Amino acid sequence: MSNTALLSSIVLLPLLGALINGLFAGRLPRRVVEVIACSTVIVSFLFSLKAFLQLMALPVGAREIHAHLYNWVAVGNFRFDVAFYLDPLSSMMSLIITGVGGLIHVYSAGYMSHDPSYGRYFSYLNLFTFSMLSLVLGNNILLMFLGWEGVGLCSYLLIGFWFTDVQKAKAGKKAFIVNRIGDLAFIVGVGLLLGLADGNLDFTYLRKVTALRTLYLDPMMVKGICLAFFIGATGKSAQIPLYVWLPDAMAGPTPVSALIHAATMVTAGIYMIARLNFMYALAPEVLTLIAGVGAATALFAATIGIVQRDIKKVLAYSTVSQLGYMFLAVGMGAYTAAMFHLMTHAFFKACLFLGSGSVIHSLHGEQDIIKMGGLRKKMPVTALTFLTATMAISGVPLFAGFFSKDEILWKAFTNAHAGMTTVYWGKIFFVVGLIAALCTAFYMFRLYFLTFEGEYRGPKETEKTIHESPVSMTLALVVLAFLSVVGGYVQIGFAHVHLLEDWLAPVFAVGSLNVVETMGHSWEYATMAMSVAIAGVGIGAAYYLYMGAGTKIPARMMEAAPRLYNFVWNKYKIDELYQVVFVGTYRSFAHFSHRFADAFVIDFLGVRGTGALAQGIGRVIGRLQNGDVQRYLVVFVVGLTLILYLWLQ
Amino acid sequence: MINTIPIHYFLLLSAMLFTIGMLGVIFRRNALIVFMSIELMLNAVNLTLVTFSRFRGDSSGHVIAFLVMAVAAAEAAVGLAIIINIFRHKKVVNIDTMDRMKY
Repeated sequence: MSNTALLSSIVLLPLLGALINGLFAGRLPRRVVEVIACSTVIVSFLFSLKAFLQLMALPVGAREIHAHLYNWVAVGNFRFDVAFYLDPLSSMMSLIITGVGGLIHVYSAGYMSHDPSYGRYFSYLNLFTFSMLSLVLGNNILLMFLGWEGVGLCSYLLIGFWFTDVQKAKAGKKAFIVNRIGDLAFIVGVGLLLGLADGNLDFTYLRKVTALRTLYLDPMMVKGICLAFFIGATGKSAQIPLYVWLPDAMAGPTPVSALIHAATMVTAGIYMIARLNFMYALAPEVLTLIAGVGAATALFAATIGIVQRDIKKVLAYSTVSQLGYMFLAVGMGAYTAAMFHLMTHAFFKACLFLGSGSVIHSLHGEQDIIKMGGLRKKMPVTALTFLTATMAISGVPLFAGFFSKDEILWKAFTNAHAGMTTVYWGKIFFVVGLIAALCTAFYMFRLYFLTFEGEYRGPKETEKTIHESPVSMTLALVVLAFLSVVGGYVQIGFAHVHLLEDWLAPVFAVGSLNVVETMGHSWEYATMAMSVAIAGVGIGAAYYLYMGAGTKIPARMMEAAPRLYNFVWNKYKIDELYQVVFVGTYRSFAHFSHRFADAFVIDFLGVRGTGALAQGIGRVIGRLQNGDVQRYLVVFVVGLTLILYLWLQ
Repeated sequence: MINTIPIHYFLLLSAMLFTIGMLGVIFRRNALIVFMSIELMLNAVNLTLVTFSRFRGDSSGHVIAFLVMAVAAAEAAVGLAIIINIFRHKKVVNIDTMDRMKY
């Protein structure tokens, strides 16, 4: 199998599935639709695995596979190909996308078993996989942008999947519009880069000219481009200030939340910056900004997560917070740590979302954790896998999240790269990250205890119908829970296991400017002990407040500071703020445009004005032509006399 | 004998005739009188042409005068036909009633 055929089949198989299901699902039995949807992604995963092995067989420095399909655009200097590019980074991403994606497709077959629009659902889901793969495997920024827009579209379609519910349709619209703001910045970045790089947007070319400095790159321009791309990433990857769409995106079916809004699409921003690491190396100020935004988002979203009552909302804010961690790592120039956390997060967050989906499915749509409780006895597999993933995200030692989060915190602690030497930003980010980790451990175990432990608090009549989910659903849970445990063993800092770092090293060779302050192993153990202690405190607090002696305390705290509680419960009123500041301003501007520019200038002055002017002039001038020949003659004679008089002078 | 009369006599007469004709065209209401006034103007011009031709000893002025007469005859025929038609239609030939062709 040639490289071209291999890489194209990875990307195009899901598209084929999307086309078949999109066009013919109405005529196919449900079982066939499910098989087509799942098998295309699973086969795509097998091909990704094959490509991964092929890549591994190559010598370390030459781990690149190119696949040129055809010339897409050729205008003057501009030349864009539809071509795929497999390197260690995109190989890793394609494995995550098709692997986790395949599991979620299988899970969806069980989850959507009662939904009549399964054809549309699977078609969108396959289309999403296709878009995400072309985002990741595209060999130039334009193809990446195509995938970027494609995943945005699929996200919109799937959030508003149950579009008869106006709230859900609105959530989809919100996600799309907020993403457009980021996408606009992305387009600006692409445009600027097009000018800077003489119309060649291939990643390999860009990396070469940046590394060898064979092309003059205006430093301010590079910073601007990096900033524009980062703003694009804040939209897609739900960072401050554009994170507001992600919590609302939970309106979509839960497997969609797991696949798109936790494991894959929202990590596109991190992937993009990691892919362009060589350019970001030239813009350390932007990197510092990224780290700052990431740290702020990590803490901010975690605090909101503490008080949320909707099981999926808690997970959504948790996702925003974990993405903040990844941006923190990216901003430190620690791309490997970011990709490591991206991978482990994909495992445990997908597991958590699928677990919550299993709960919601079993409770017929109930999402309020206050009305749950004691589900462990009824749903042992879901509870166990959920607990495993919860321990992974909370940073319990030996689970995947522990290693990746610890790596990020350690990289922040030791960071001393050019943009940050004067102020010890790295240390500040480390502390912020620790506090966020405390919140994470607390709200995740609060979620687990309220959902699965204690007594059932919902209505009595639903209690009897609670059941464990079918095998198609629990299978994915078990696999993902397993990966949440072992996923971290590819990179263990203190034990000198550097599989992932070695694997990704060629990609980040140019961009890794993580100038590490040399610190002894004692420091490394100290920070690790700190994060373990923090996780322990968070879990202990959650146990005390929701399981142990202190179960009355949360309610009393709510009563003691109702305003603070309401402020956080209402997500710091950010939505309301945006509503007033941006939507309100935009509306008044639109109103002004409508009243002034459209109704007054164009309609009144422009269209009706020119008409009225011509008519008015005609009415006045037309009076001269009154049909009286003798008056014409008088004017004629007077005029002639005047001309003769002037002429003869 | 005619050579003893100075040229400005002829030209003055011609100018007077032309002015009378022009005032007639502008101010008279009866279309027939207007018509006659036009003839008067044409003949005033003819007189000028002939005068200059004679005094300059160049006969091309005479030729043009004949041409004008021919045109005037044709015009009279057509114009009178139009006026008669208008009269048949409106029973009046006052020129101020003929103002249908306007804005």
